[in-house]
Amino acid sequence: MGSIDYSQRIPNNVDLKSDKRLQRALEAWQPAYLEWWKESGPTDFNENDVYLRTAVSVEPDGWAHYDYVKMPDYRWGIFLTDKGAGDTIGFGDHFGEEPWQQVPGEYRNWLRRLVVTQADTEPASVEQQRLLGHTAPSLYDMRNLFQVNVEEGRHLWAMVYILHRYFGKDGREEADELLERSSGNPDHPRILQTFNEPCEHWLSFLCFTMFTDRDGKFQLLSLAESGFDPLARTCKFMLTEEAHHMFVGQTGVGRVIQRTCEVLKEGKDPRAEGVVPPDIIQKYINFWASSSTDLFGSEISSNASNFFRAGLKGRAFESKQTDHLATEGHYVLPIVEGGRMSNQEVPMRNAMNEVLRDAYIADNQKGIDYWNRVIEKFDLDWRVSLPHRAFNRNVGVYAGFHFDPEGNLVDDATWNAKSSEWLPTREDSDYVKSLMKPCLEPGKIANWIAPPAKGINGQSEDYEYVKL
Amino acid sequence: MAPVDFRTAPDRYRHWKLDVDGDIATLTMSVEPFGGLRGDDYELKLNSYDLGVDIELADAIDRLRFEHPAVRACVVTGGLDRVFCAGANINMLSTSSHAFKVNFCKYTNETRVGIEDASASSNVRFLAALNGTASGGGYELALACDRILLVDDRNSAVSFPELPLLGVLPGTGGLTRIVDKRLIRPDLCDLFSTLAEGIKGKRAVQWNLVDAIAPLSKWDDAVAGEARALADGLEDRSGTQGIALTPLEYTDDGASRSYRHSELRIEDSGRVAHLTITLPAEAGTQDAAAAHAAGADFWLLALCRELDNALNHLRLNLPAVGLVLVRVVGDAKVAATCDDVLRTEASDPHHWFTNEVGHYLKRALKKIENTAKSFYALADEGTAFAGPFLELALACDRQYVLNDSEAPVHLGVGDASAGAYPMSNGLTRLATRFLADPSQVDAVLAARTNGAGGLVDAEEADELGLATSAPDEIDWDDEVRLAIEERQAYSPDGLTGMEQNLRFPGPETLETKIFGRLTAWQNWIFQRPNAVGERGALKCYGTPQAPEFNYDRT
Repeated sequence: MGSIDYSQRIPNNVDLKSDKRLQRALEAWQPAYLEWWKESGPTDFNENDVYLRTAVSVEPDGWAHYDYVKMPDYRWGIFLTDKGAGDTIGFGDHFGEEPWQQVPGEYRNWLRRLVVTQADTEPASVEQQRLLGHTAPSLYDMRNLFQVNVEEGRHLWAMVYILHRYFGKDGREEADELLERSSGNPDHPRILQTFNEPCEHWLSFLCFTMFTDRDGKFQLLSLAESGFDPLARTCKFMLTEEAHHMFVGQTGVGRVIQRTCEVLKEGKDPRAEGVVPPDIIQKYINFWASSSTDLFGSEISSNASNFFRAGLKGRAFESKQTDHLATEGHYVLPIVEGGRMSNQEVPMRNAMNEVLRDAYIADNQKGIDYWNRVIEKFDLDWRVSLPHRAFNRNVGVYAGFHFDPEGNLVDDATWNAKSSEWLPTREDSDYVKSLMKPCLEPGKIANWIAPPAKGINGQSEDYEYVKL
Repeated sequence: MAPVDFRTAPDRYRHWKLDVDGDIATLTMSVEPFGGLRGDDYELKLNSYDLGVDIELADAIDRLRFEHPAVRACVVTGGLDRVFCAGANINMLSTSSHAFKVNFCKYTNETRVGIEDASASSNVRFLAALNGTASGGGYELALACDRILLVDDRNSAVSFPELPLLGVLPGTGGLTRIVDKRLIRPDLCDLFSTLAEGIKGKRAVQWNLVDAIAPLSKWDDAVAGEARALADGLEDRSGTQGIALTPLEYTDDGASRSYRHSELRIEDSGRVAHLTITLPAEAGTQDAAAAHAAGADFWLLALCRELDNALNHLRLNLPAVGLVLVRVVGDAKVAATCDDVLRTEASDPHHWFTNEVGHYLKRALKKIENTAKSFYALADEGTAFAGPFLELALACDRQYVLNDSEAPVHLGVGDASAGAYPMSNGLTRLATRFLADPSQVDAVLAARTNGAGGLVDAEEADELGLATSAPDEIDWDDEVRLAIEERQAYSPDGLTGMEQNLRFPGPETLETKIFGRLTAWQNWIFQRPNAVGERGALKCYGTPQAPEFNYDRT
């Protein structure tokens, strides 16, 4: 591969063209990345023109540049938001100090681990979703899927930039391994289990973008507070894109609910009409919400405490907090003790995962409330709900116990008897998959989902978002 | 904390599972998080361990050797998803007394040296099958095995995070074994030991941190293949019948613990213990088949288990005891020949059993030398330090032999002193004792053919250099009393340091380095403010506070 015209090939605001070391690293990595995209991305649509948004600068008008582009030609750029004047580290033991422009030696391992763990999730979702294009309910949705995919790819680029630029040889090796692990691979799975779960159909995809990408949002929010300035600025920029992914999930599930409501309002049976019945919608919410809740890690965590006190990973919207040291005070955590719930006081810093999880759950609830307003408009009496945080957990203090979706501790027998009412079964999945017939004519929409309220970038209803 | 009970059995394990399938055994670690020795005081997350976990491991290794002699390969693996073992539990360490930490480490070290001893002596090899990350003590456990297989999932690593995260050492043999056993370059070891995340995959193989890697999809086959190769390299012992290690029984009223063949009695002061072994009236069977048939009731084996239990009890449950007075009571002729039955030919079908008993006795003797208490052998009236019990006397710091013509005391020299029970420095106790003049070793061993069955009286023993002091009946009481009282008055720390420096002259081995150099440095670090001060790394770990170091080098 020849030398790269950096400003064209890789839009950036990190002065790539004058950083020889970084050029060398990225030149070696880019072919492997493209290879990965061709093998593990939405392979069968690589030749199609897709109406995509590309970030070309961090200016207000630069992050949303729309045009037709073939996905392998997408310009995966590297952007950091501008430095804020007079910024200081906003939390932890280094509160008030100058942010670091280089990795502090003593925190090198922790920082690298944070970056690698975050980075590993980005390509994973592309892999999980690689076949969904074939069953898209509309060109509009197909385009959204691909937009999410290329932006997850760009987020991988952003993290790889951090690894290449700041972590030397180790960073380059970690960057290589990001392409060697893959979702669901029996030999080299992705680091976090949620990212190895199959995403078999569009209902899962929409729930994923709602709940799992929202974990991404909160991880990015907490890293955007980092005292390691390049990481903070990278994550801030990624957040603008992440917001679109949640839009896809929130409105997407909302449209599924809307369509089901239309059928119910007409007094018809959802299954007979080929839409998703309320109980299956709820089960998928339960599954993806609980699986994504695991991603915040253990409720009581030395790592979380270390990351906070070292100024590496803060809370979401740290500036809205009053106590940025968090050396005093406790988090009251309900735990299971002797078969019943009791409260444990956890030093605040050790509870930072839970603090972040609280913010995440509150944000999820807003989405649930939005969906219920959709249902209310039809004057129907079913409602969707967010499962309790203890439900179906595999990580942390609730793992190993069974809770119902309301958060009541239940015994094994109850769980075994009821879990098929709470979580999707094979039959549920087969039914949803049976609905997944592609609908790829401009302006047309599959029967199981309502059309979007408006087009992308103000385009008309029958816009050809993907040229097939 | 309640006294630690060192007895367990596979049907009572909470943290390990021992499965035997033909000539392959699998030891699977699945630590019960709230099954720690101190109950809810700490949570044993991610297969981290405390003393209770290691007591089960030690028991399992003993049972492999005695109950499953046909096993040729033992797979040591983790039962948790993507986790092998996270090492010693940090909250447990940071909330334990110094003495407990030291003795915990000593115990775990003996367990790991025990694995290597089994490999060297017992027709069994160990495969560490690291199904996930092995950090700290987890990797140290792997290092005690003959081969290490690491899963290659692009994530699992072996690591020593002790220095970067905790400011202490991988003190369970880790630092010693990477340089002295796996012979890894010191500069690479330095890098590795400061890399909290450790090293994974191909590089772990290149550096010889592990022997091989295998992907997840081929993991079970790779483990089975490695285990099979290890087993096939050894003699086939299928059909060999093991014995049952029946529960060790004793009565304990707080002041004394009485076993079938021995007793540990604590004086009222709580500072002095009497360890007294009572020999059977007759040497008993000289037939290996009969000894094997007796199994756990074979008295030498029973005695080894009692000694092991008594020494553990002394270390962990009786910290105030500083001096142990050792006596072997009975007929010296019985003592002199009691281990002859262990010297079977390798072709003897019962050889494996007598071999195991001999190695158990070897380990029990070493355990005395690794105990931070003073030991005096008191050869007074009615005692019989002969045969293997001469080794017991020589394992003590001093040997007092009563020289009384009215009540003659005999020591006895047998083959036991000629190489059957080497010390951890690799030498016999006689060779260690007479480093300056090997001819003195020959002179002592020559007594074996003195026409008296190797028995020597007090005067001869003194001349041969076997007695620290041989007072006559008039001086005995005072001299011994003074020696006991004096010993109790000295600084216990000074005594431990002195004894550990004097007990192991001669060459260094992996073992002496682990129990001497590594342990001593670890114990020093464990006492330093940088580890255990208010803002020490060990104290701060898991809390919201960062450690604060005094950066002065000492």
